[in-house]
Amino acid sequence: MNLNLTLIGQAIAFAVFVWFCMKFVWPPVMQALQERQKKIADGLDAASRATRDLELAQEQAAEQLKESKEQAAQIIEQAHKRANQMIEEARDNARLEGERMIESARGEIEQETQRAKEELRTQVAALAIQGAERILDSSIDEAKHRELVDKLAAEL
Amino acid sequence: MAGNNPTSSEYIQHHLQNMTFGLHPENGLGLAHSAQEAQEMGFWAIHLDTMGWSIGLGVLFLWLFRSVAKSVSTGVPGGLQNFVEMMVEFVDNSVRETFHGKSKLIAPLSLTIFCWIFLMNLMDLVPVDFLPMLAQKIGAWFGADPAHVYFKVVPTTDVNATLGMSLAVFALIIFYSIRSKGLSGFLAELTLHPFNASNPFVQALLIPVNFLLEAVTLLAKPVSLALRLFGNLYAGELIFILIAMIGLWQLPLHFAWATFHILIITLQAFIFMMLTIVYLSMATEKH
Repeated sequence: MNLNLTLIGQAIAFAVFVWFCMKFVWPPVMQALQERQKKIADGLDAASRATRDLELAQEQAAEQLKESKEQAAQIIEQAHKRANQMIEEARDNARLEGERMIESARGEIEQETQRAKEELRTQVAALAIQGAERILDSSIDEAKHRELVDKLAAEL
Repeated sequence: MAGNNPTSSEYIQHHLQNMTFGLHPENGLGLAHSAQEAQEMGFWAIHLDTMGWSIGLGVLFLWLFRSVAKSVSTGVPGGLQNFVEMMVEFVDNSVRETFHGKSKLIAPLSLTIFCWIFLMNLMDLVPVDFLPMLAQKIGAWFGADPAHVYFKVVPTTDVNATLGMSLAVFALIIFYSIRSKGLSGFLAELTLHPFNASNPFVQALLIPVNFLLEAVTLLAKPVSLALRLFGNLYAGELIFILIAMIGLWQLPLHFAWATFHILIITLQAFIFMMLTIVYLSMATEKH
């Protein structure tokens, strides 16, 4: 167990090894480790962000679905209303048309009646005169009595 | 076993002798042929096996980690990169938990300590006779007497290796102390604790006492660091050598001890690393 030059040699070798390790081994490995750590952290970050985005998107989709459902219901409601309205309108129209037709028919009937009355009136007048002529047998001044009978016929 | 049937103690001593290269006062520059010669070479001799294995293993560690660091990708890591990243993260976490200052040196220092010591300790698991025998065969081929070719494979069983490292750590402790507290702060820490007095005269008397206590505390750090590692591995190696001498029964025993030794190897590397971090964090923190 002699202490000798080996002692100094070992110390020098040790110092050189430490220097080499400090200069060429430690920094690149440490840097790689830190970079990987950062990468993993970034990856985890991105993953959580993506999850959040997904949740947001799902929420949005659900909301949109709800909205569209509401809209559809609204549209159906409107359509129903419109249909009812149309039916109502049609019904009204039909009734008006009917009334109008009834009205016109009534007018026509009126007219017809008027015309029949007119005809009847003239015929009645003639008939009355004829009857009176026959009864009175030409003792009557036709012109004088014509006026009288016309007046009478007009009262019909 | 080397040569012509050495005795047990010769065998053990042969295994515990480093391959020493230096200037012998009589034989000139060359390898020591015995423990005695190695001793006679004095301080200016070098253990070729310790240096060779430790530098080789250090280069292996750095080459392995450097090759990963060069092609490191931030994507999904492959097998080797995974392993390297695991080690780096493990060391980084240990440093973060213990050392609260900011330093670019501590973490790579700890990684180097852990991996290098682990690899050096790992050589303990190579069967004790395998590499020394190989060295003897090669030595014999070059014309050397196999009995005098010494080859110690585990660098951490050489106190020079562990003390070399711990002295480097010691230098860092002093450097960090002075950097964070200033020279005066460092000296004050050495001389004004643990005994403190408001009377300047009494304080002056207490300074040498404090200095003695604190100097022991300070010096105990590198010494204990080095000797703990050395002692554990030296004892482990010695037991491997003893097991290797008992014949056929060595196989299950060797296996059992090696299995247990895996724990010691890792633990000692970890302890050396953790204590280095603790000492350096103590050096930077103000009391």
